[in-house]
Amino acid sequence: MSSSAFFNISAGAYIAALVIYVIYLVTRNKTVGVSATTMTIFGFVSQTIAFLIRWSNSYTFWMTSNPSSGLVEALLRAAPLRNLYESLIFFVWSLIMIHLIIEFKYKIRSLGAFVTPIAALALLFIDISGTSKEIQPLIPALQSNWLLFHVLLAFLGYAAFGVSFGAAAAYIVMVTESRKEKTYIFWSLIIGIFIIVLVAMGIDFMSLSADERKNLIQSHFLKSTFRSESGGVVAASVVISIAFLFALWQMGFGLKKVLASLSVTTTMLEEIEYKSIAIGFPLFTLGGLLMGAIWANSAWGKYWSWDPKETWSLITWFVYALYLHARFIGGWRGKRVAILSVIGFVAVIFTYLGVNLVLSGLHAYGSG
Amino acid sequence: MAEKDKKDLFETIWSMLASVQLAVAVFIVLALSSIIGTIVEQQAEPAKNLALLAKFFGDSAAPTVYNIFAKLGFMDMYRSWWFVSFLSLFSINLIVCSIDRFPKTWKLVNLPFKPLAEHVIKTLPVKKEIKFRTASSAAVKDEFLNSLKASRYHVLESTEDNATQLYCQKGKYSRLGVYVVHLSIILIFVGAIIGARFGFGGHLNLPEGQFSDVAYTSDGGEIPLGFTVKCNWYETSYYEGLDTPMEFQSELVVIENGREVLTKAIQVNDPLTYKGITFYQSSYGMLPNARGQFIITVTPSGGRPETLRLMFGDSFEIPGTGISGTIDDFSPALGSDRRTGNLTTYSENMVNPAVGVIFNMPGQDAFKGWIFKRYPQTGMLQGGHSIRFDDYWGAEYTGLQVSRDPGVWLIYIACIIMAIGLYVAFFMSHKKIWVHVAHESPGGKGPVRISLGGNTSRNKFAFEKEIDHIFTRASQAVEARQAKK
Ligand code: HEM
Repeated sequence: MSSSAFFNISAGAYIAALVIYVIYLVTRNKTVGVSATTMTIFGFVSQTIAFLIRWSNSYTFWMTSNPSSGLVEALLRAAPLRNLYESLIFFVWSLIMIHLIIEFKYKIRSLGAFVTPIAALALLFIDISGTSKEIQPLIPALQSNWLLFHVLLAFLGYAAFGVSFGAAAAYIVMVTESRKEKTYIFWSLIIGIFIIVLVAMGIDFMSLSADERKNLIQSHFLKSTFRSESGGVVAASVVISIAFLFALWQMGFGLKKVLASLSVTTTMLEEIEYKSIAIGFPLFTLGGLLMGAIWANSAWGKYWSWDPKETWSLITWFVYALYLHARFIGGWRGKRVAILSVIGFVAVIFTYLGVNLVLSGLHAYGSG
Repeated sequence: MAEKDKKDLFETIWSMLASVQLAVAVFIVLALSSIIGTIVEQQAEPAKNLALLAKFFGDSAAPTVYNIFAKLGFMDMYRSWWFVSFLSLFSINLIVCSIDRFPKTWKLVNLPFKPLAEHVIKTLPVKKEIKFRTASSAAVKDEFLNSLKASRYHVLESTEDNATQLYCQKGKYSRLGVYVVHLSIILIFVGAIIGARFGFGGHLNLPEGQFSDVAYTSDGGEIPLGFTVKCNWYETSYYEGLDTPMEFQSELVVIENGREVLTKAIQVNDPLTYKGITFYQSSYGMLPNARGQFIITVTPSGGRPETLRLMFGDSFEIPGTGISGTIDDFSPALGSDRRTGNLTTYSENMVNPAVGVIFNMPGQDAFKGWIFKRYPQTGMLQGGHSIRFDDYWGAEYTGLQVSRDPGVWLIYIACIIMAIGLYVAFFMSHKKIWVHVAHESPGGKGPVRISLGGNTSRNKFAFEKEIDHIFTRASQAVEARQAKK
């Protein structure tokens, strides 16, 4: 079977696992819980196979154009971490891996209901953003070992931050006493906006022809909803979004009871939220910032040039540094640091996607 | 001011600069202001940012907003006085805070390590107890000693009255990891300052075959190199059958005192360094109105290849065949139009260079043929003779980023230090264990009671597991001894 077949199986399995985790949250039935985990592991194994097949294919691809390169060099250059598609897939893989480790270590299954949605959203994003799935030739700037380790470690870090985000999201719901709390309103807004943007992109995707889908992000982003030519569509989009946010705000509160009945403790969630950052922060610092700088220096002779991508990584880094210091020395606990974990992950997403989508859109003139 | 007031003032400022509240505030300010710098395009032409601002504020307000933004330094923010001041405040905060706290941590590290009373052990964050009915306290102590040693603790022992205590600690210096991380950040700042003060960054567009002994700053100033650099050739190679570049390369020669001292083909990610100055492959392009040389290799069937350097309009012959040609046309990127099928030039760069040659063959009318550099089969003639188009030389320039950064080694060292510091700070911990061994009743009578307690500076979960392991291993060994008896 081909890499994409295994990948589709894993995507299906993760989405099924998401559904089962949610059923588990509702029914609290142990068998359901075990099958959610089993489904996740099944998806993880298929994705690992898909990853290895793709690696082997791109190894062959590399060897045909560079027959003189050595085995190690070719393996490194062929590592499937080279474009948006491949790195998002690797993100999902790392996220699931870290989640499985935590699930086994802490015996906390319900976290799955908060982590698998992140995986599902990333998978959905891959599909509707129309990023190319072909194995592409590696352009010269990317032919560097630093780059490979940079991407590898940075994405492991992002995945750890993703798990922390899941735990923080669960934590905030659990400690909310009333819907009027600012923290809870913030929570509903963030989660709601995630879903709304994704749905809006899904609508873009459906309204486009196959050819246009290729540059959905560059030139059609939210064009069929919020940025539509027709004022009516824009107004409807806004109204529906507000209604959705309101509904989420109303119903998200229900999760609290469910979680409480599942012997999920806030202490446990806090610990996972912190632990994941304690793992993600060194990985991201080393991989995301330092190796990125070293790579830039070896390719362009400048280790830091304040370009938007670098700057946003730095902003992300500041947010997590803030988290660590506020928690450790400032003595912040509970909701206040959970919010920082959420903001940190929003910064991660912006660093990875927003810089390419939003900022390059802003800076693109004429194409509007 | 009185001495005392001065001292108070100093202490107030010091404690302000040492405070974590200030750090939190500076983190927030730096993060938020950095966002501005990613939205407003930095060091761009005014028209670009005017257009951007018009999207937000409308066409009429945009110029006013632009002027306000420009006054605030937003157009070149990361070099503006206030941003640099915040960065300085950040590093002062970090230095003062670390100096302020270091003595306390150092004390904690070197705290005299002593045995504890049994009731204190029972209040420690991690604790365990067990009784062995028939063992001697010496045997029990030995097994716990072995188990602790097996987990690589260096164990101390103290005896008083009827009780023995084993106590040990590991990783006390891990408490310093944080300071190592902070130090590395300072080193990065120092490295950046050294680079900015004593280094330079420039560029140089060097046409094939030409040389230069200066590079240029972004505002056109000349930077003398102290030697001469020459570009032998520039070349983009492509993936087979695709217009995706595989490598950008140029061959550079360093000439000093009239002698060629170094030759290297540089690539992206593989620069040339000479006397502290590094040349990076950063761009390329075609020279306007260049008159380059066509490098062509002709090979008669079964004969020896011969390489020719020709100018536009020159003629050549394939020796012994009677076939001759004249260079008549050139396209940097020849392809056929998708709709009409006609030949067109689809790029200004040498993506798919082709030379147009008017051929004269015995017994045939003159005709024009195209020979592509990337497709040698287009130069195969009837009768097994061939013409290969090697290069159109002298028409391209290589774009070099030229820089000297005497601070970069410090940055690399700081990266290594930070990696070590982060590892120590997050994955190592200062762990202490006390094991109190005593008989239940005085005078060495009764079952042996063990109280074990420990604490750790972080990673309590892992520490609990380690304690479990040590405890189980020792208990099992004691029980095995009992069983033997
Ligand atoms: C972005 C820059 C910074 C980084 C990457 C950084 C990194 C760290 C790390 C990794 C820790 C250990 C946290 C933990 O144990 O979870 C730490 C602790 C600490 N940091 Fe920073 N830090 C930075 C800036 C600052 C600044 C500006 C201050 C100034 C007040 C500061 C003050 C402290 C203090 C007081 C501690 C606790 C030290 C202790 O436990 O004795 N840090 N820092």
